[in-house]
Amino acid sequence: MNSEKLLINNSVKGRSAYKFPPLDVKPAKPVKDCFTRLDEAILPEVSELDLVRHFSKLSSMAFGVDFGFYPLGSCTMKYNPKVNERLASLDGFNNIHPLQDEDTVQGCLKIYYEMIKDLCEISGMDWGTLQPCAGAHGEYTGLKIIRSYFLDKKEEKRNIILIPESAHGTNPASAHMNGFDIRIVKSDERGLVDLDDLKKNLKADVAGIMLTNPNTLGLFEVDILKISKMVHEAGGLLYYDGANMNAIMGKARPRDMGFDVVHFNLHKTFSTPHGGGGPGSGPVLFVEKLKKFVPIPDVVFKDGKYKLDWNIEKSLGKVSSFYGNFLVIVRAYAYILSMGSDGLKSASEHAVLNANYMRVILKKKYKVAYDRICMHEFVLSLQNLKDSTGVSALDISKSLIDRGYHPPTMYFPMIVHEALMFEPTETESLQVMDECCDVILDLYEKAEKTPEELKKSPCKTVIGRVDEVLAARNPVLKG
Amino acid sequence: MYSYIPHTFGDEKKMLEAIGVNSIDELFVDLKEGGCLLKDFLNIDEGLSEEEVIRKVKKLAKLNVQGVSFLGAGVYDHIIPSAVTSLSSLPGFVTSYTPYQAEISQGILEAFFEFQTMICSLTSLPVSNATLYDGASAAAEAASLILSSKRSCNEIIVSSTISPFSLECIKTWIKGTGNILVILPEKEGVSDFDVLEGLITNKTAGLMVQTPNKYGFFEDLTGISSIVHSFKGLFAISSDPLSLTLQKSQGQWGSDIAIGDTQSLGVPMAFGGPSAGYMAVSDALMRKIPGRIVGKTFDNQGNTAYVLTLQAREQHIKRERATSNICSNEALISIMNVIYTSQLGFKGMKEAALQSRAKAQYLFEGLKKLSFVSTKNNDFFLEFPIEFDSLERLEKFLFLLKEKGIFGGVRLYSLTKNKEDEKTLLVAVTEKRTKEELDEYLEIVGRLENE
Amino acid sequence: MSKIIDGLLYTKDHEWLKVEGTEATVGITDYAQTSLGEIVYVELPVVDDEFSAKEEIANVESVKAASAIYSPVSGTVSEVNEELSDNPELLNKDSYSNFIFKLKDIKMEEDLLDAEAYREYLKTLD
Repeated sequence: MNSEKLLINNSVKGRSAYKFPPLDVKPAKPVKDCFTRLDEAILPEVSELDLVRHFSKLSSMAFGVDFGFYPLGSCTMKYNPKVNERLASLDGFNNIHPLQDEDTVQGCLKIYYEMIKDLCEISGMDWGTLQPCAGAHGEYTGLKIIRSYFLDKKEEKRNIILIPESAHGTNPASAHMNGFDIRIVKSDERGLVDLDDLKKNLKADVAGIMLTNPNTLGLFEVDILKISKMVHEAGGLLYYDGANMNAIMGKARPRDMGFDVVHFNLHKTFSTPHGGGGPGSGPVLFVEKLKKFVPIPDVVFKDGKYKLDWNIEKSLGKVSSFYGNFLVIVRAYAYILSMGSDGLKSASEHAVLNANYMRVILKKKYKVAYDRICMHEFVLSLQNLKDSTGVSALDISKSLIDRGYHPPTMYFPMIVHEALMFEPTETESLQVMDECCDVILDLYEKAEKTPEELKKSPCKTVIGRVDEVLAARNPVLKG
Repeated sequence: MYSYIPHTFGDEKKMLEAIGVNSIDELFVDLKEGGCLLKDFLNIDEGLSEEEVIRKVKKLAKLNVQGVSFLGAGVYDHIIPSAVTSLSSLPGFVTSYTPYQAEISQGILEAFFEFQTMICSLTSLPVSNATLYDGASAAAEAASLILSSKRSCNEIIVSSTISPFSLECIKTWIKGTGNILVILPEKEGVSDFDVLEGLITNKTAGLMVQTPNKYGFFEDLTGISSIVHSFKGLFAISSDPLSLTLQKSQGQWGSDIAIGDTQSLGVPMAFGGPSAGYMAVSDALMRKIPGRIVGKTFDNQGNTAYVLTLQAREQHIKRERATSNICSNEALISIMNVIYTSQLGFKGMKEAALQSRAKAQYLFEGLKKLSFVSTKNNDFFLEFPIEFDSLERLEKFLFLLKEKGIFGGVRLYSLTKNKEDEKTLLVAVTEKRTKEELDEYLEIVGRLENE
Repeated sequence: MSKIIDGLLYTKDHEWLKVEGTEATVGITDYAQTSLGEIVYVELPVVDDEFSAKEEIANVESVKAASAIYSPVSGTVSEVNEELSDNPELLNKDSYSNFIFKLKDIKMEEDLLDAEAYREYLKTLD
């Protein structure tokens, strides 16, 4: 089956798909010659039905949470509630301009304010901002707060951020964007931060450490109180990467662990849809002493009204045009209303229950890296399978596609060889997990008996494995 | 019973048995050992039913006031065709993850490829990414790209006429990086290019300008790219993509980098977000452009296939050496954008642009006649500034309009925080406004003449 | 077993260099190209640019990895291998006969390894 032709290749000159109301005023004066565009940009000319069929077809050549099980480790692909979509499409939100007078946007400002308060309660922090548009954007903002803190204290020499070797790539990239250099802290045999190595690295040049807890292996850093004490005593701050927050909502709070700055991923923990890669939202929460660096504008409640405060002397500035991805925030806000304190706690409890269940079923054949009680995700290492049969983590993943499942996260974290990371989330049932585990165990047997078959997969999809080398060597980036 | 959690007691029992523990609490033993286990519930209300959530949130939406909008400054009340809204809500687009597994994501990858193609077509540059967060953060990313591409340079010249939000994002990014922001001043509402050469040093990496600029005025960039390229600098131009149907594209002006915000391509205003930023660059910058990129290749059967490519630029590979940390972006917005541009085509987009311009000119001609208002002669796209004789008059103007449900314009002071901008109002008119609405606007403010 | 050529000098970052007077020719070792996999792009330095030892001077990328090349010695770039722009896979074919760049006016470093020392170093890695 061939993939869908580009719409531009289905164009017929003169076709049109939209009628504007007729111009009811005098036509515009022409633009001065020196400004005028030199050509007509090549864009599709199709009918509305062509348009609808094309994009409907494209949307069917995709795999969403709505279609099947999506156990992508570190991504929290939980169900995206439909009521959130309904509420995010209300005219009372969509038709509002960000620069309207404050008294005409009290609904929006109230949602902002209450959302920050809810996230503070969940994290234990004192205040926050919803301006960052994604997790990495939140990291950038949070690290800028840390940077601002030390510049304000005239401790410019603190220009190192410590990062565990299991960290997600955005962590060092975000540090670098803020002018920090990084130093790696090793993991110990438990898969957790090596305290001795941490001690060695806590020199006077350290501004802080970026951690996620549970870590990227799905394991809880049991020494976190020791770690935060060590870092604070060395004069540094702690940054919490909230990507794994789905494991501990209502069970533990980053503030209590000693963190000073936190970011959350609303498109992970708080159920907003992934949209093929966004829009997301990366709120940043922080402790009282860092409040003065909040991005402008801040949202305040004064004299019975919600207002935007632009007069923040030591604000770090701005990280996006306005106030953040408002419609994403609306969805997450509705989610928190639906779940409540009891539901959020139950969500984390069942996320952890589901992950441990899959872990014990799959370990019947596969090797679990760090095999003990995990949190909301766990990592398998397929190195042994690869050594004995030649079948790799990639091959198992591609074979899972043929059996109707989205593969888990492959080759991350980098400290585990031939890694596959599973995060079922709490919205999956026992039946779905049982069926999926049966398939994964079956694939192990197939790997031993007919490895060549697995290496050819997927075979039941629109296309087979793609030539990524060609794509990177001779890039063709437009039609 | 909790929303979206399907487990029954029977399910839980089976699972706990299989794991070998007696209760879910035992799975959190590490939290206990770590001294972090919460004893009490979070101080958040208990979960509500769907109907209660709808009631509560609808009430909040009703606290907002919708009006006839003449507000701009980067976000515009354009017409959004129904097909854009309905097609971009399809679950295959909405509930999918980033298309790392190419075999099951051809639809999404192709949509992104069509978006890239569209941006390249509009900007006349050969390489586009698949979105950044928005126009303002795209400006910061462009500044970063310019500075990281020039090894021995640490200065960048940015015109004061770019969007104040973009400028603020650049200032925020540049703090602590060791780079220096040099502002190109303005004159008569546009960049003062007469003083440009005086600002260039051997440390200058490039120049960034915006057209239409923050006032809505077109800027004449004739000869500017030659100046920038004469010292091997990089030239970035930010433009509202809809304006590219009328004015020279960034590539046609000779720029190396094109950026902007795609809100005017089928995206609702929605209190400022989500929107998307776009970035297109010359071939020379292909391996450095931030953001995800989709490329065309073949599969193992020789079929055409699309795949995320040039990943070596990105954070998951380059880590601390990546020039940007961007991961999730505004993918679904790009799908809305490409549906919009595909539905309208160049002709339709040009019509939206021309109708906006015609209506803005109509309103401008009417406002010019007011004795208490002064205007500039610069040509504009769909937005223009008017200066009042006093702040009181400006406020009365807006008040009278607001009483009738019309949001008359953006106070320039609120954007720039400059005292000299206190009496200036930025008025934007799109194709969505009708002659009736324009005439009502003029009739209401005309009453101020008698005061 | 990785190919190593006697008579060349090596660095722990898997670069080789051939020194002739005050000029050096630099490339990546067989070990480096194997680790990278199929190479898709080589970012070459600019001729006449000056670099200090250990400064990032070039980049070699595969689909799944990006490797920075650090200048093994200080010097000025005198020549770059333009062929690698269109055919980066030449480095996979033979990473020793396809140099990446040449430096002039070099200042030698003390931590360079000879073939034997590099061989020993490789043994400690796997």
